[in-house]
Amino acid sequence: MSAKSSHRLAMAFIWGGGAITVLILVSIITYVFANGFQVINWEFLTTPPQGGLSGEGGISTAIVTTLYLVVITTVLLIPPGLGAAIYLAEYATDNWLTRTIRYGVETLAGVPSIVFGLFGFALFVTVLHFNFSLLSGALTLVCLLLPTLIRTAEEALKAVPPGHRDGALALGATKWQTIQHVLLPAALPGIVTGIILCVGRVVEETACLYVTLGGSAAMPTSLLSGGRTLSLHLFYLAMETRAFDKAMGTGVVLIATIIIINTFTNWLSRRFQTIMSGAS
Amino acid sequence: MVFIFGSVSFLILLLIAIFIFKEGLPAFKQIGVFNFLFGTEWRPGREEFGILPMIIGSIVVTIGSMLMAVPLGIACAILLAEVAPERVRQFIRPAVELLVGIPSVVYGLVGMTLIVPAIRHIGGTGYSVLAASIVLMAMVLPTVISISEDSIRAVPREYREGSLALGSTQWQTIWHVLVPAARSGITASVILGMGRAIGETMAMIMVIGNSVMIPTSPLSQARTLTGNIAVEIMYATGIHENALYATGIVLFVLILMINSFGILILKRGASTQYVS
Repeated sequence: MSAKSSHRLAMAFIWGGGAITVLILVSIITYVFANGFQVINWEFLTTPPQGGLSGEGGISTAIVTTLYLVVITTVLLIPPGLGAAIYLAEYATDNWLTRTIRYGVETLAGVPSIVFGLFGFALFVTVLHFNFSLLSGALTLVCLLLPTLIRTAEEALKAVPPGHRDGALALGATKWQTIQHVLLPAALPGIVTGIILCVGRVVEETACLYVTLGGSAAMPTSLLSGGRTLSLHLFYLAMETRAFDKAMGTGVVLIATIIIINTFTNWLSRRFQTIMSGAS
Repeated sequence: MVFIFGSVSFLILLLIAIFIFKEGLPAFKQIGVFNFLFGTEWRPGREEFGILPMIIGSIVVTIGSMLMAVPLGIACAILLAEVAPERVRQFIRPAVELLVGIPSVVYGLVGMTLIVPAIRHIGGTGYSVLAASIVLMAMVLPTVISISEDSIRAVPREYREGSLALGSTQWQTIWHVLVPAARSGITASVILGMGRAIGETMAMIMVIGNSVMIPTSPLSQARTLTGNIAVEIMYATGIHENALYATGIVLFVLILMINSFGILILKRGASTQYVS
């Protein structure tokens, strides 16, 4: 085969790869929307699931549980996540301790969701007697999401131009004052991007919540009541009641949420990059 | 103070290891490591706990999905890094990001209602290793694409220009210069993709059938290590529960090995490459 024709063949293969990737995404979204859109109406969004074998009812309690879980998880996640990021970006020197911590963050990021679930089930549900509850689910999610937040926040802090840091220190600010009044505000859009990324993960996660949240269809009333998020509700609908139309409807709501979150994060991180490159 | 927060994720990793090992070790002791890892019968009612079918199930779907995801992912990575004009890139990249964001239960649902019935026409119940591999392929594709793309992009410009100046076609440059130069990153993308594939749970439960059996053909049902834990942990007690934690240990160690290997290759590649 001549160089020219092998070039053509290879380019066809490469473009084909890209086309198939886009096609996979487009067909998933079109398929779910085409099958789920007709069940979506005001009633579907505002009535609780009936339970039972019919899969009747809407998704109101699943929406509320998802929102609760997002708020609780974020509140519990930010202090340790941001603290660790500040430590790694600003204080850590290159020694065995820092390397161990970094190795911990990296490794934790690869541990599968169900193993976090197993851990949450053993510690929060069983030993600490939080039972199947929002609290158990949120604490498990915090463990799962820490590496994501630490990594994005650390990168955001490191992206702040050194001039900011040097300027503040030269004016006589202490290290902590510099962090608090100069670095954190400058890195804020990047940090927020990381937090929203975590919010998206709360919406997506299922495996670790399947074994810590309990799956009750009722409206949660306290930190210690169980519940089901939208993803979990979809799983129960598909596996237990075989109500595929309602499952598709829930899928539409999930995909729409993720698209909104992704668009917002992209916009935010582009803005952050523009600010950072303009400032340096 | 900041240091305490700094070490928190390492502490969590330690806690996870401690808890899962504490709950799982009694199973290894009572059943025996060999019988547990290589036993082919899993019958909790008769206190038989062998996870070989699940180990094989996990490995088979992982290999099946990578067979499809690797050529597709690398082609797409080359497209994004070298070939496509900016306008096309801005269209494909959000698509890849969205593939990451779609919840695994949605993949499972599409698998159950679209792929499983299609496979039923070929034979069997449709719930199969093949269905699981196809669903998993879509899920690991973004990992392969993004890491491969980054590593191809990281090859210095001189390599490209040198090769083109010698009269190579664009494809010869890609295949004989860029891909070899980026091979550690591409290898790492495959290994980290495998890590993600072995860890996937919900979508696998939904399409693989969950029967405890060693799959004999792509149309056979099977069960993965992750599925074994998720399906039974809610009602298991006693030694059965310990055996599920022990399944978690096997999964944990497997993932740790795979990911450490992937990260190692990625780092070594980054440090030894391009010393000019």
